Amino acid sequence: MSTGQRQAAPSQSVYPVSPDQGAAAESIIAILVDNEPAVLSRVVGLFSARGYNIESLTVAETDVEKHTSRITVVTHGTTAKIDQIKAQLGRLVPVRRVIDVTAESDALERELALVKVSNEGDQRVESLRVADIFRARVIDTTGSSFVFEVTGAREKISAFIDLMKPLGLTEISRTGVLSIRRGAEND
Amino acid sequence: MADAAQKTKPKSSTGVSKSGAELLLDAFEEQGVEVIFGYPGGAVLPIYDALHQRDTIRHILMRHEQGALHAAEGYARSTGKVGVALVTSGPGATNAVTGLADALLDSIPIVCITGQVARAFIGTDAFQECDTTGITRSCTKHNYLVQSAAELSGVVHEAFHIARRGRPGPVLIDIPKDAQFEEAAYTSRENAKNRNCIVVPDVRSGDIDQAIDLMRYARRPVFYTGGGVINAGPDACAALRALARATGFPLTSTLMGLGAFPASDPQWLGMLGMHGSFEANNAMHDCDLMICVGARFDDRVTGRLDAFSPGSRKIHIDIDPSSVNKNVPVDLPIIGDAGAILSALNAEWSEREKKEKHDKSRIADWLSQVDGWRARASYSFENCDKRIKPQHAVQRLYELTRGKDVYVTTEVGQHQMWAAQHFHFDEPNRWMTSGGLGTMGYGLPAALGVQVAHPDALVIDIAGDASVQMTMQEMSAAVQHDLPIKIFILNNAYLGMVRQWQELLHGGRYSHSYSESLPDFVKLAEAYGGVGLRAETPAELDAKIEEMIAVKKPVLFDCVVTNEENVFPMIPSGAAHNEMLLGGKVTGDEISDEGRVLV
Repeated sequence: MSTGQRQAAPSQSVYPVSPDQGAAAESIIAILVDNEPAVLSRVVGLFSARGYNIESLTVAETDVEKHTSRITVVTHGTTAKIDQIKAQLGRLVPVRRVIDVTAESDALERELALVKVSNEGDQRVESLRVADIFRARVIDTTGSSFVFEVTGAREKISAFIDLMKPLGLTEISRTGVLSIRRGAEND
Repeated sequence: MADAAQKTKPKSSTGVSKSGAELLLDAFEEQGVEVIFGYPGGAVLPIYDALHQRDTIRHILMRHEQGALHAAEGYARSTGKVGVALVTSGPGATNAVTGLADALLDSIPIVCITGQVARAFIGTDAFQECDTTGITRSCTKHNYLVQSAAELSGVVHEAFHIARRGRPGPVLIDIPKDAQFEEAAYTSRENAKNRNCIVVPDVRSGDIDQAIDLMRYARRPVFYTGGGVINAGPDACAALRALARATGFPLTSTLMGLGAFPASDPQWLGMLGMHGSFEANNAMHDCDLMICVGARFDDRVTGRLDAFSPGSRKIHIDIDPSSVNKNVPVDLPIIGDAGAILSALNAEWSEREKKEKHDKSRIADWLSQVDGWRARASYSFENCDKRIKPQHAVQRLYELTRGKDVYVTTEVGQHQMWAAQHFHFDEPNRWMTSGGLGTMGYGLPAALGVQVAHPDALVIDIAGDASVQMTMQEMSAAVQHDLPIKIFILNNAYLGMVRQWQELLHGGRYSHSYSESLPDFVKLAEAYGGVGLRAETPAELDAKIEEMIAVKKPVLFDCVVTNEENVFPMIPSGAAHNEMLLGGKVTGDEISDEGRVLV
């Protein structure tokens, strides 16, 4: 809004939060969809058409019998914006449910990353030691490289990557975030 | 992604196999389709062949696919039924895009059938191939690429369900040509896969209680209603009228909602928004309770967002959860069908009245303030006895058609705003205009669609000289199908609204907004086989309008009006509701730098 700079009149509204106010934060949204042609395109198209941001995206069929897939999107925005994203997603015909994972404190999140380092001597030893701390597995090795497989919450993966940077990190592949609810209940 | 064909395999209700084209028409018949607006082409020939062999469904041949979609919109809006369009692949589909986008923004239920190249050719850049579902994904409520004749009838039933249910909208079904020939069994509406894809929540009594609490204690209340009330049907409009009468609150409406509440009612404030009335906009700005029903706080309505109705609590009744808190945060959102919610509000209001009468003195000051604003007569204009003022022309048109069975469509621009200001509606579904997308060229084909639905009614397209030329070719369709639509052109030889904005924002430099080489509309009408009329002075206007009404043929009425009239009142872009321009001489510095970048 270009007019945002002007002095705003004091609001008498019970909820005086304008959509652009409030701190923007990262949010994980899980979308359960009918697995039909173009469903991913509908979801992704909605994000681009309405100017929302996708930071990571994971999608696969999760129930073969019911033909449902789970799409997990990491996005960024104020509470109002996230609410709007959820409402817009809810309008898509193949969308069964929209779950705000971040808002549900009992949700688990995991991500898997493959991390390649190319190094020699002490750096090789040190990278193996760090990998051990992070419970990363070596899944490929040559005389001058390792490929590690590491799983965990995003912060853990990012911390691992940061530590690997000075140890000859050359390439990263990440799956994006997966999430599921804790306990016996289902989403 | 897996192939959905298997999943959607329908349970057959009869053992008889028919071609996909026949199955499509069977499904149309079961859905109650009476008329299709379309244009044939290579990829829909089997459907046209099937149409040729049955006389249960009328087909109106248009002259352009955009016209077919707008005609279907006009049909849908004037009847409350789903409008159906049928076009071919490639250019047929891309020409339909404007109409689909228009129907999406104005929430009009449409089912559009497009042909597609045979399945084996999809993706090969075949002749007249385009990625129709890809192109139309963002301008439809939902779309389908039919994978086989077996799923076709089921898909059609679901498409109608989606087009109607919840917030209505356009649904497109892309059918490959070979699937139109392929034989399969029919799936009845009853047996069609019924995904619970659009959920309309029930009314919650807690919401109703809270709303009535706010309403009973409000001192400066206003109803702000929109097209959603009309989409919710005649019962919703009746419930709105009842609630307004019971409460005595003043009521304003968006461009889309005109007619839901009678314009002749003393509680009526007129339209609100950029070219709305002074009383409506000031009431919105100063109210302490806003009851929004089926409107979406569009930027044409709100003006400057951070100064929008600063002192009010807001109740927002809408069927679409994504409309709530989208532009303006509200205090009490109520999601559901406007008719059901308004009826519940009526019931609760009268329940409370039994216990304790609503204290009308609470709103007495407010009503007299509203009357004060009303006394400014913001729609007034300086008339002229030598040349026809456009506002005067619309006023005369309204007066001379009063008491008749009138439907009005418009194009987009100044004439649209004058029509909204000076033509008054007492009933819903009588006013068809492109509000959201603002599509020039909407009115003529829409009028045609309205006339198909109401053959004996007086259907008038209030048009501008520029807009009407965008879909002028549909005159030919009107003549072919004996549809006596009346095209009332306010001819100022300018792209009037563009010129007005250039006057306000760009120092009066009229860059490419003058219509050079306008056709002679009278001769043009005659060339099409219609009737052409022209009025150039106020003295002859009434007689010519009477003549137009009497003619039972399509008419192009060239109403030559003053050239540089501006639409007032106006909220300049980037301004608030209480910062309206009321007309007169424009100095050029009404619009702030921030406002200049807004559309």
